[in-house]
Amino acid sequence: MFEFLESGQYDLLGAFWVTVQLTLYSAIGSLVWGTLLAGMRVSPVPLMRVFGTAYVNVVRNIPLTVLIIGCSLGLNQTLGFSMGAERFEDIGFRLAVLGFSAYTGTFVCEALRSGINTVPVGQAEAARALGLSFTQVLRLIVLPQAFRAVIAPLANVLIALTKNTTVAAAIGVAEAALLMKEMIENEAQALFAVFGVIALGFVLLTLPTGLLLGWVAKRVAVKR
Amino acid sequence: MSSVLYDTPGPKAKARNIIYTAVFLVLLALAGWWVIGTLADKNQLEADKWTPFLEGKVWTTFLLPGLGETIKAGLIAMVIALPLGALFGIGRLSDHAWVRVPVGAVVEFFRAMPVLILMVFGSALFVKFTDIDSEIRPLYACVTGLVLYNASVIAEIVRAGILSLPKGQGEAAKALGLRKSQIMAHVLIPQAVAAMLPALISQLVVILKDTAIAGAVLGLGELLSMNRQISANYSNTIPTLVVIALLYVVLNFALTGFASWLERRLRQQKKKSGGTAAPAVTVTDKAGGDGGATAAIPAQGDGSDVVSKD
Repeated sequence: MFEFLESGQYDLLGAFWVTVQLTLYSAIGSLVWGTLLAGMRVSPVPLMRVFGTAYVNVVRNIPLTVLIIGCSLGLNQTLGFSMGAERFEDIGFRLAVLGFSAYTGTFVCEALRSGINTVPVGQAEAARALGLSFTQVLRLIVLPQAFRAVIAPLANVLIALTKNTTVAAAIGVAEAALLMKEMIENEAQALFAVFGVIALGFVLLTLPTGLLLGWVAKRVAVKR
Repeated sequence: MSSVLYDTPGPKAKARNIIYTAVFLVLLALAGWWVIGTLADKNQLEADKWTPFLEGKVWTTFLLPGLGETIKAGLIAMVIALPLGALFGIGRLSDHAWVRVPVGAVVEFFRAMPVLILMVFGSALFVKFTDIDSEIRPLYACVTGLVLYNASVIAEIVRAGILSLPKGQGEAAKALGLRKSQIMAHVLIPQAVAAMLPALISQLVVILKDTAIAGAVLGLGELLSMNRQISANYSNTIPTLVVIALLYVVLNFALTGFASWLERRLRQQKKKSGGTAAPAVTVTDKAGGDGGATAAIPAQGDGSDVVSKD
């Protein structure tokens, strides 16, 4: 039943390694971008708040697939952006990371913003009474507490991102979902085995993430 | 305006804010100028690339049928996933381990699967075991994937909704001598449904967005897939993608607006009758928290809601 794995024709580990890499790079990208967006949305400058709100509301409502296809057809093929990559595989990979970061950043922003709202007003008031500036209050007092409060929601965002990386198959990035499509086409007789193997891979990727970060969230939560 | 982070600005802060605004405006303008410049360089701003969207033909031949297919796939999936999800959600709360454990396993499994994987698998299943016409197969596969995934997410929403009801509701019903099925059907579900409605509508947004995956991977003729045909006719890739993205945004905004209107209305009704006001709020939160699958739930609804809930 699992002969197709032994034939050496399919690089299962390699495909999942691409999935993991996609997830990691996009996670870093969306964490940075999401934090910036959250900073804008809570800042005292009205224009930044407007931009942050507009970006989050618009991008969140566009299907991820549209963004990824847009990166490939629009940015790359029409405008000629290649994100500094030469090889076809690299271009697709980097475009996908860009699309995932732009999309997932909005969810990170919303999670962080709700975390900022869990910080008691007294904390910031005390910090301001000490003479700290807005950026200092945000950086030293509010964000550290906010981050500790939102680890569990961020874990959910990360899990969703892991699953969303499969959409990169639509622009030909050689990750797990694309390999599954290829295996199903060639190994029709082993359909359930193929699905089982890929499904197992995703369970192994998402389950430990949830458990580990859930444990971390409990440990670092600020007891109030 | 004052918040956790800053006081109502005084004269100095006001002056500083104006400087920040100016700097940010310049940055935005630079970015905009660069985008427009690049687009103009590649001839993407020429009028003939955009005018097709002002004519009726492109809408009646491509965009509206695509939109219709998107809504059709989304609605079919929702209509099947709702009862199935409710069944799973109730099953997970069963007193019998032989119901609770397998249902729990099924829900957890499908919640951990990417929708795309489920759609591709569904498509292969239909090819192998049925003789469904290849014209309609993408729709079947799309709906199958969406139903499997979203039914398990809805199951979690339902479970959270029922668990969030005050314990006294079920206990009082038990004291009146109702059977377990009666307690569920007449006491718990009606209250939970009212509280869950906004979360369920938000889930419809997620479903509508996910139909685009079937367009890209299985060749379902939904809204996104129309970009190929339109840009083949008018060679205007970027304008087409922009218009399609805007259509999705408008559609989802309308749904989200409806959801928050419904939530407000339900909350007002609850307040009037003095019943269980709290669950309406907590359910959306919980469902969002657990429905990790779909980070979209807590994020839907306008921002201020998120603030007030916490």
